[in-house]
Amino acid sequence: MKQILACLFAVAVMAGCSAAYAVQPDEIMADPAKEARARDLSRELRCMVCQNQSIDDSEAPLARDLRLLVRERIAAGDSDAQVLDFLVARYGEFVLLKPRFEPHTLLLWLLPPLALAGGGLALWSQGRRRARSAAAEDQPAFELTAEETARLERLGAAESAPQQPV
Amino acid sequence: MIAEAGHYALVLALALALIQSTVPMLGARWRDPALMNVARSTALAQLLFVAASFAALVTLHVTSDFSVVNVFENSHSLKPMIYKITGVWGNHEGSMLLWVSILALFGGLVAAFGNNLPLSLRAHVLAVQGWIASAFYLFILITSNPFLRIADPPLEGRDLNPVLQDIGLAVHPPMLYLGYVGFSISFSFAVAALIEGRIDAAWARWVRPWTLLAWIFLTLGIAMGSYWAYYELGWGGWWFWDPVENASLMPWLAGTALLHSAVVMEKRNALKVWTILLAILTFSLSLLGTFLVRSGVLTSVHAFATDPTRGVFILLILSVFIGGSLTLFAWRASALKQGGLFAPISREGALVLNNLLLTTACATVFIGTLYPLALEVLTGDKISVGAPFFNLTFAPLFLPLMVAVPFGPLLAWKRGDLLGAAQRLVAAGVAALIAIAVLWAWTRGGSAFAPLAIGLAVFVIAGALTDLAERTGLFRAPLPIALRRARGLPRSSWGTVFAHAGVGVALIGIVCETTWNSEYIGSMKPNDVAVIAGYALKLDGATQRQGPNYREMVAQFTVSLDGRRLGVMTPSKRNFTTRGSTTTEAALMTRGASQLYISLGDTAADGAIAVRIYHKPMVLLIWFGPVLMAFGGMLSLSDRRLRVGAPKPARAPPGLQPAE
Repeated sequence: MKQILACLFAVAVMAGCSAAYAVQPDEIMADPAKEARARDLSRELRCMVCQNQSIDDSEAPLARDLRLLVRERIAAGDSDAQVLDFLVARYGEFVLLKPRFEPHTLLLWLLPPLALAGGGLALWSQGRRRARSAAAEDQPAFELTAEETARLERLGAAESAPQQPV
Repeated sequence: MIAEAGHYALVLALALALIQSTVPMLGARWRDPALMNVARSTALAQLLFVAASFAALVTLHVTSDFSVVNVFENSHSLKPMIYKITGVWGNHEGSMLLWVSILALFGGLVAAFGNNLPLSLRAHVLAVQGWIASAFYLFILITSNPFLRIADPPLEGRDLNPVLQDIGLAVHPPMLYLGYVGFSISFSFAVAALIEGRIDAAWARWVRPWTLLAWIFLTLGIAMGSYWAYYELGWGGWWFWDPVENASLMPWLAGTALLHSAVVMEKRNALKVWTILLAILTFSLSLLGTFLVRSGVLTSVHAFATDPTRGVFILLILSVFIGGSLTLFAWRASALKQGGLFAPISREGALVLNNLLLTTACATVFIGTLYPLALEVLTGDKISVGAPFFNLTFAPLFLPLMVAVPFGPLLAWKRGDLLGAAQRLVAAGVAALIAIAVLWAWTRGGSAFAPLAIGLAVFVIAGALTDLAERTGLFRAPLPIALRRARGLPRSSWGTVFAHAGVGVALIGIVCETTWNSEYIGSMKPNDVAVIAGYALKLDGATQRQGPNYREMVAQFTVSLDGRRLGVMTPSKRNFTTRGSTTTEAALMTRGASQLYISLGDTAADGAIAVRIYHKPMVLLIWFGPVLMAFGGMLSLSDRRLRVGAPKPARAPPGLQPAE
């Protein structure tokens, strides 16, 4: 979507990438099982001259070369992992859309679960702390002026149905 | 002349914004109503001048005044009128002008309809709006002026990027900006509350309609953009986890969380500090999105480094506003006392869980989007983080959220009864199980994931309907009573039902499209027939046609099902001469919620055309879901409670008010 807008800032880089027409009929492998594997692998590989497009989506010449290369390796009998290793050895890790779990991507993979766990833990400890301190203080958290109290009452009176909407 | 007038109007708007950002603050400090009221008049005047400036740029584009750089670079005299207008914001400078115009529009709306706000709160809110506006006016005037002239005007323009010459450009960016920028109001309310050092349930009631309004626009804007990419890019993808898309998804996730936490604050006066923080974060993410898109940092870190003026300026705005507001938050938030205790199992607890999962999902998108940039800056290593990463990390956060959605509205405030809620959801659970069983049998041992995910979606939809049935007493009370109760139900309750059902509907579409999408790729000659998902598509032939600013090759396909002719589809491939680029115009045929999709590739020497044909089952539900969600938001926005609270004072005589 905004990829379309992205064309604006990256016209030069995006040349040949925007109006995508990906896998060409002449590339398709005869064996449907191998072709399916090639398609799945293609979705995990980046077209390196495009902005965030997999080689499966991109119509850039480089993407076509990579698609043919993937199929070549599959035809030669490589396993999926071997194909990926081959491409990483040639083009670097930049080619993988899903980075491997390695020291320099440690934070990338661990931060989301840590954020969830940390958030959950913070909620739990805060809930406990508040439950304990709640018994001690039970007074309104703020003072309203007389005018505001009157305003709130007017608002409350204007509210028609007492149900609890969300 | 028009360009200079527009430029000058923008300078005047900056002057007004500077007044708006200082005088009302002083007024609030000295408790001087006259000074505080300056905010109102400057906000309205600012809107007037920005509107004039925007109108000037539109006029320049419409009249094809190529002596203006912006028009020369993005327009062409032969371009159809609609694209001359939409082309105004189809470029960096123009879209920034649209950004500030919408900012001024929201400021003007608060000024016009905020009569029921306490005077000092309104003064503070508008002053903060003034700060944001000043920063962005300066950005436009210093680095991105759309009104610059060319000394030696050319005869013809360079035309707009053909991909953007589509009705989508008329709708998508304005919608998206209405959402992005709309969250500035929640931000201003939050900062105003921090400055005033007090915040209460009434604050939540005032800020909610604005948040809701922004959220509705952002929801529709994202959905619209997704559908645009789907039919325009030519290979039927609808979400790419592109950084630019993520930039709009992050404020949406945070905004959705904000919407829910504001409910808790309004009803129970709890989660105050958190709600303030979310309001700040949501708009900060909008600013971050603007930075990511506008600085060029996404293309490559090096492109950013070679021409850093714009990027550094926005980065500066970003740091000042995010850093400043978070510092203010850290300084003042402890003064805000917490209120409203609740047990973990309660409506509040469910909404807290919603917030936890939504913000973690938002953090995941944030990390995935920015990690490659940070890594490259720090170590020089280049990695890619794309769709496979996000699918793997995002889905596990969203699935538990979906399970929890039906429970939330059925739990009571303060202390809920989980078992009771579960009992009331038995019918929804049974519906989900039936859906799973039927799909499982029908697909016969295909992937187990799809039936389960659709079962979950059915559970969400049925859960939303259960909520409705519970509130109206359907099946328990006689029908007329239930109907009367349904009419008496607050609109916001109806809104919840629609919005939650929309989530389920979208999930069904997503799962069906990704699992049972069928595809045909091949070279076709006239009279060749392609068969896909039972449909037979015969290529009748191809013709050349001349459009206003392009030439196109149109192919005609006759579609039939079981020998019955359904109609023709005419995909085309356009060649735009000025830019020398081509676009594929896909042809779509809608059958129920499913679509057939054809896009054309190159023509071989022997006349065979490369074609891609897709059958996308239930694909329209992907966008119908968000539309339902936005509709729910609108119902909620029209709730009497919000109308009374803000933004409109109910001055109409009682006899004229609609019965509720």
